[in-house]
Amino acid sequence: MIDFGYTLTKDRQFDYDHGDFRFLRLVRSIEPSLDVCIGCGSCTATCSASQFTNFNIRKLHTVIRRGDPESIKAELKKCMFCGKCQLVCPRGVNLRNLILAMNRAIEQLG
Amino acid sequence: MKQEGKRLIWDEYQKEIADDNYFYVRSCVRQNFFPGAEKTFLRYMKEMGRNVFENPSHTTCSGIGYHSDIVPFETAMTMVARQFALMTEAGYENFVTSCITSFGLYSEVLETWLHFPEVEEKTRVHLRNATGREFVKPKNLAHASDVTYKLRTEISDAGKYRLINQTTGAPIRVVEHIGCHYSRMFPSKGIGGAEYPYVLVGMIEEWGGEVIDYPERRHCCGFGFRQYLVKANRGYSVSASKKKFDSMRPYKPELILTNCPGCPMFLDRWQYTISEMDGTTYGENGQGIPVMTYEELAGLILGYDPWDLGLQVHQVPVESLLDKMGIPYDPEKKFLDKDGNFIGKPKSPSFLKFY
Repeated sequence: MIDFGYTLTKDRQFDYDHGDFRFLRLVRSIEPSLDVCIGCGSCTATCSASQFTNFNIRKLHTVIRRGDPESIKAELKKCMFCGKCQLVCPRGVNLRNLILAMNRAIEQLG
Repeated sequence: MKQEGKRLIWDEYQKEIADDNYFYVRSCVRQNFFPGAEKTFLRYMKEMGRNVFENPSHTTCSGIGYHSDIVPFETAMTMVARQFALMTEAGYENFVTSCITSFGLYSEVLETWLHFPEVEEKTRVHLRNATGREFVKPKNLAHASDVTYKLRTEISDAGKYRLINQTTGAPIRVVEHIGCHYSRMFPSKGIGGAEYPYVLVGMIEEWGGEVIDYPERRHCCGFGFRQYLVKANRGYSVSASKKKFDSMRPYKPELILTNCPGCPMFLDRWQYTISEMDGTTYGENGQGIPVMTYEELAGLILGYDPWDLGLQVHQVPVESLLDKMGIPYDPEKKFLDKDGNFIGKPKSPSFLKFY
């Protein structure tokens, strides 16, 4: 490979025709309240873990909806299960169970 | 969109192209990229009995500097006015440009003068003070691809070859790529408008090929001026080209046809660069997808020798296309000049198949 002094950047476009939606289907079957999320970001704003790390719970359910579950595996470990996200959620999404469901989906789907 | 819908849109965007007596201005960069293209245009125009006049003292239109934020618009307008003055002095009214960015700039300047006559008057004063010249605005402004589009049937009738695979009898699958400055700034100035430009499609269809539609068809080639001019930014340029290649690859194109100085340069050269960066090639069997200008393709259709067209300076070898179209060529003469002297041969790429 030749070093030209510049590199290719990864395309940030999501192609819904080629996403991996098995993960989303499994998480949804375990925690159906995911479907009522309106993406307001209150969960992320109040998150304890995000005070110390770049953990972003809204980003997690956005990327699994886009069919790109690979990027969340390392992220999940940052959650402290304090449950503040669940307390502030205006839609009543069971976010702690959502994190557990994502962990279970990783175990099952690899 | 249904084909009938496209036809309706294309019908709305037809422009008048002069039939003869053209004042031709060259591109400032094309002769370094694809040196045979402009010469080929002049050759087939002469053979088709058209009068094309060139003045060797014409300069760059300054569009490349203008779009790179180096040359101010006032300066660019005065440069354009000087080109028009050369045309006026030679007694011509039909202005034809080789370059898409020039075509865009000339259109922009004429449109500006139309809406702001005081700016035109100021430009006339600048030109008079700087050079003592006067000018008349062209009666007809066209890009050389417009003129070639107008002559496409004559070229087809006089041609020896067609965009047909001689082994299978199937049409060659062609991706067309239109330069941004052709009709995106002024859709009414281009044949077919901005969304469905027909200028290259018309040539491909007339010469027997099949036009491929693909998701990123109207995506930029990657040149983008500032994306390329600063070396540190070239990752944007090559990534933009890669997005196009990735999008067109499933449709197995056999040729990319362009009408801009920058597009063939980057769609050609970046295929090599991408192959050296991550080993990806986009043609069949490790080959690249040959990239051509419409002049070079018209030259092939008319039976000109591929090496006279300058096809040996392409980064992606064109032999795969020549073989499919049944065009004879002498591999031994690929790297010889007109007097038979060896001009040097490039090193073979690591991944891209080289002949």
